[in-house]
Amino acid sequence: MPAVQETVDRVRRVDVDQYRYGFETLIESDKAPKGLSEDTVRFISAKKSEPAWMLEWRLEAYRRWLTMTEPAWARVEYPKIDYQDLYYYAAPKPKKQVSSLDEIDPEILKTYEKLGIPLREVAMLEGVEPRPGEADTARRKIAVDAVFDSVSVATTFKEELMKAGVIFMPISEAIREHPDLVKQYLGSVVPTSDNFFATLNSAVFSDGSFVYVPPGVRCPMELSTYFRINERNTGQFERTLIIADKGAYVSYLEGCTAPQRDENQLHAAVVELVALDDAEIKYSTVQNWYPGNSEGVGGIYNFVTKRGDCRGDNAKISWTQVETGSAITWKYPSCILRGDNSRGEFYSIAISNGYQQVDSGTKMIHLGRNTTSRIISKGIAAGKSQNTYRGLVTAHRKATGARNFTACDSLLIGDQCGAHTVPYVEAKNSSALFEHEATTSKISEDVLFYCIQRGLSQEEAVGLVVNGFVKDVLQQLPMEFAVEAQKLISISLEGSVG
Amino acid sequence: MNLVLAKTETGKALSDIFAIARNRLPGAGKVAGVRQQAFEAYERAGLPNRRVEEWKYTDLRVLMREVLPLAAAPDAVALKRARVAVQLHAVEDASKLVLVDGVLVPELSDLTKLEAGVSVKTLRATLEDASNDARSDLLLTDTTDAMISLNAALATDGVVIGIADGAALSRPIQIIHVATAPSASAFTRSYLKVGHGARATLVENFVAADGARSHQVNDAVIVWIGDGADLSQVRLMDDGTDAVNITSGIFTVGAKAKLNLFNMFSGGAVGRFQGFVTLNGEGTELSINGVNLLRGKQHGDMTLVVDHAVPNCVSREIFRAVVDDRAHSVFQGRINVRPKAQKTDARMMTRALLLSDEAEADNKPELEIFADDVACGHGATTGALDDSLLFYLRARGLSENEAQALLIQAFVGEAIEQIASDALREQVTATAQRWLEARR
Amino acid sequence: MSLLEVKNLQVRVEEREILHGLTLTVNAGEVHAIMGPNGSGKSTLSHVIAGKPGYEVTGGEILFKGEDLLAMPPDERAAKGVFLAFQYPVEIPGVATMTFLRTALNAQRKARGEGEYSTPDFLKKVREVASSLNIPQDMLRRGVNVGFSGGEKKRNEVLQMALFQPSLCILDEMDSGLDIDALRVAADGVNALRTPERAMVVITHYQRLLDYIVPDIVHVMSKGRVVKSGGKELALELEASGYAQFEDAA
Repeated sequence: MPAVQETVDRVRRVDVDQYRYGFETLIESDKAPKGLSEDTVRFISAKKSEPAWMLEWRLEAYRRWLTMTEPAWARVEYPKIDYQDLYYYAAPKPKKQVSSLDEIDPEILKTYEKLGIPLREVAMLEGVEPRPGEADTARRKIAVDAVFDSVSVATTFKEELMKAGVIFMPISEAIREHPDLVKQYLGSVVPTSDNFFATLNSAVFSDGSFVYVPPGVRCPMELSTYFRINERNTGQFERTLIIADKGAYVSYLEGCTAPQRDENQLHAAVVELVALDDAEIKYSTVQNWYPGNSEGVGGIYNFVTKRGDCRGDNAKISWTQVETGSAITWKYPSCILRGDNSRGEFYSIAISNGYQQVDSGTKMIHLGRNTTSRIISKGIAAGKSQNTYRGLVTAHRKATGARNFTACDSLLIGDQCGAHTVPYVEAKNSSALFEHEATTSKISEDVLFYCIQRGLSQEEAVGLVVNGFVKDVLQQLPMEFAVEAQKLISISLEGSVG
Repeated sequence: MNLVLAKTETGKALSDIFAIARNRLPGAGKVAGVRQQAFEAYERAGLPNRRVEEWKYTDLRVLMREVLPLAAAPDAVALKRARVAVQLHAVEDASKLVLVDGVLVPELSDLTKLEAGVSVKTLRATLEDASNDARSDLLLTDTTDAMISLNAALATDGVVIGIADGAALSRPIQIIHVATAPSASAFTRSYLKVGHGARATLVENFVAADGARSHQVNDAVIVWIGDGADLSQVRLMDDGTDAVNITSGIFTVGAKAKLNLFNMFSGGAVGRFQGFVTLNGEGTELSINGVNLLRGKQHGDMTLVVDHAVPNCVSREIFRAVVDDRAHSVFQGRINVRPKAQKTDARMMTRALLLSDEAEADNKPELEIFADDVACGHGATTGALDDSLLFYLRARGLSENEAQALLIQAFVGEAIEQIASDALREQVTATAQRWLEARR
Repeated sequence: MSLLEVKNLQVRVEEREILHGLTLTVNAGEVHAIMGPNGSGKSTLSHVIAGKPGYEVTGGEILFKGEDLLAMPPDERAAKGVFLAFQYPVEIPGVATMTFLRTALNAQRKARGEGEYSTPDFLKKVREVASSLNIPQDMLRRGVNVGFSGGEKKRNEVLQMALFQPSLCILDEMDSGLDIDALRVAADGVNALRTPERAMVVITHYQRLLDYIVPDIVHVMSKGRVVKSGGKELALELEASGYAQFEDAA
């Protein structure tokens, strides 16, 4: 005990020293200095007024990261990233502590309005037909935890959530307000040593969302976070942690848009999901970051680690993603099916056009008994892009009764692009039943002509066929996102046929 | 620390093997230079292990640990034992070419009874023929695989077969690899050139004679198939129970040709067949099929790369694995479609049947596609025998074993029935049948 | 001005001339039948009018309502009122028939500068037409032609015809793959669409279809040309004596 206390004290002293000599003035600034060092990590931690344990956690990750090398197995090519040439922290200038939306910079609010994000509480989604099984009167609401660059600037619906006992706040706040929960779960799904990008994130993560749904509670609304990359040369390192306690349910939506940029931007987020006994988490993403221009210049580098842990029996985690943006996507939302009878799902639409490179897929790791998983992946490559599905399904020795069904289909539009499928199917016991199928094809000329004969333009015809191709996945999205995603798919394929 | 040490020792041992063997290996001058380069290429990579993507599931550092010294040339006793093994495995009517412990043995082969249009030389003679300027090319390949490099460095012998343009052979050619020596390795390398419009059947067997123990086989066969040619090939890897057998096939296929290839691994501790097929001419049909029948702690790996380099070719791959006890089956299949290879029609189906709770099957079916007007697909399934089918059969009076055998036979039959020759298909079916009977 | 004027049309497919100077004039309100043996170029004519890629027009012209049809992309031709009922309607997995119908109809209306249908109006219209053709609602929810029987596919074509209200309908071998009952249902649907403003070109190998869709004018095609034209009695003559007599005339 005394030894530990001594360490803590020493760290604290070091911290204070850094503070005095390194960042006394900078603490008021909106940016950490360029580059990455222990000082950067300390700066970020200090900016967040984090407790010592958190700083130590970050530093441990940073030291670990120094020993790691960037992974090279994915089918993506990009110039070497100079990690010392990036900013690791940027925030809009908070003049003071905000307590209501009225106090937020109107400029920021305007930006959100442009993006169509319903920040203010409104009667949402008027006219949207309720889905089967939902009472007609049930008004579906979305709570928005908006992240502007790295700092959450506003949180709505907080009260209603609090009434239900749901904790939904920026993770920076959760570290201070719910340290026990954070300590228990942070890094428990994606350990700090997991992979190069996740470890980097652990060292420098700026902010993100924290959700805790207590036992037996069905979260009364969809939770949604919109990210926007705005600062030039700012690495984005969101960190999200969602915990559904026993019998809880939560649906979380994440959507992204980014303005045009000339320089590549690094994005390395980590999302951890924990579902305990009988809990269910549904995580949906629509990703539409800047993919680079028509020459392949610029665009976001998106290296994301997303993993869910079905930690309890009968737990369920479902990932749905619509990936249309980013110059590089490196992303494998995965499920660890630890609890007996737990279930993992992955529904993906990945569209690449121009010079985009997508290497995305999932891992379904069957550990418990009678676990099931389902993978539906739809890849569409157009322009000069490369689109890879990479997936792993594995059943361990004791995972009796494991079941998986995988279907990954690729569609090629034009003869300059590539579509690739790299599945790993590993069965280590006889009661595992795995089925995997994959196809690659082009849009039939006959089908196109049929549509065009009926009056559709070439682009409309392609859009129609593509939307049919991805329908199975779109159906998994919450209604309001499905509409948006459908639009996005057509937009992303603009100029792909001629 | 121990691991590093062990690795170094193995590396050292292999250098010694190469140094000692060098004088025994056929071919001097340029050939020796190519061998030296190949050995250095191997040394840089080392024994393939799980960190090498292509060998992810077959880690030879664990499964093989070290390369054993080259087997000595067979003596009279060895040849006597080999003769018995050859008699057991000879295919009716075939022109036999027998390699014992890595050396072609004329007295066991049918060198003088070859069909018209067939020429056979030994690799040794070809490499030592100073009048042949291209002789060192025989040791070169485009692949970077470490085991193929090692094969080039250490190949002691093999056969160089030529089939004349337009020759339609009525009898199969059969290469039988026999091991007789304990704790030794055999490195063989063979060539087959099937002339334009020619038609041939090649059978390859890997077998152990009485007395062979813990031996290692590293074989490579390089096949060139001319325009309009038709080759059927059946490979049976039925080696000694503790053998390690790594064999590579490199196929270059011309236009409007047919290649029908079948590989079955049923005997040996560790076996891997890696096939690299490049379709270089349009209008060609490729059918590659395989079966792994594994029990005990066997490890069987079939790895295929089919490269559609030109348009309008069709490829079909069907693979079946039956995995019992604590055995481990691996199937890796990659279909490449190059940018110009429009109208490619490529399908691959791999299925594994796990008969024991400790059995393992890993499937990695890959598509790498750079052309848009293609129809490509793959499927993979893993599972146990269907209980409802078993019950139905049992309700009709079959025993558990009979019902299982029937279903397993139907399961592997889907791959075996792709074999073009009726006689060979029956022979393979019989081999599978014996494996099933031994299960009871 | 005639609705459709095909003048001296010459068409090649992969270096082979299929139509060698075909002339055909169709006026509003008329129903023309084009008959001929396999390989006479009937389907080629329908494809070229609709603008299917892969055909090279080496001579002649096609005027539709006085405009150069060959200069228009196929979707523009559709918006102008050219409808081809396909011999083999394709299956489009994942695209619900309803979605397809609405998307196509609104695209045509938009191209013509007309407003889009509102959803309730559209649904009402489709339901009316569908029930008149005995098309069950569940068929409209399924993927376009996916799992449809031959008769259902053809009825789906007629449904679209009724919905889009084209001024020229080309029915390409509508009878292929249909039994007599299915043929009658489809033909009744077509007949209901006969108006003084609309013309139809019925392409068929067999006279049978013309018992149900009675033409005003019958043309016989052979070797890429119209070799004889006449009244509906010409079809009966063909039925009795076959195409052989025209082979030499071509």
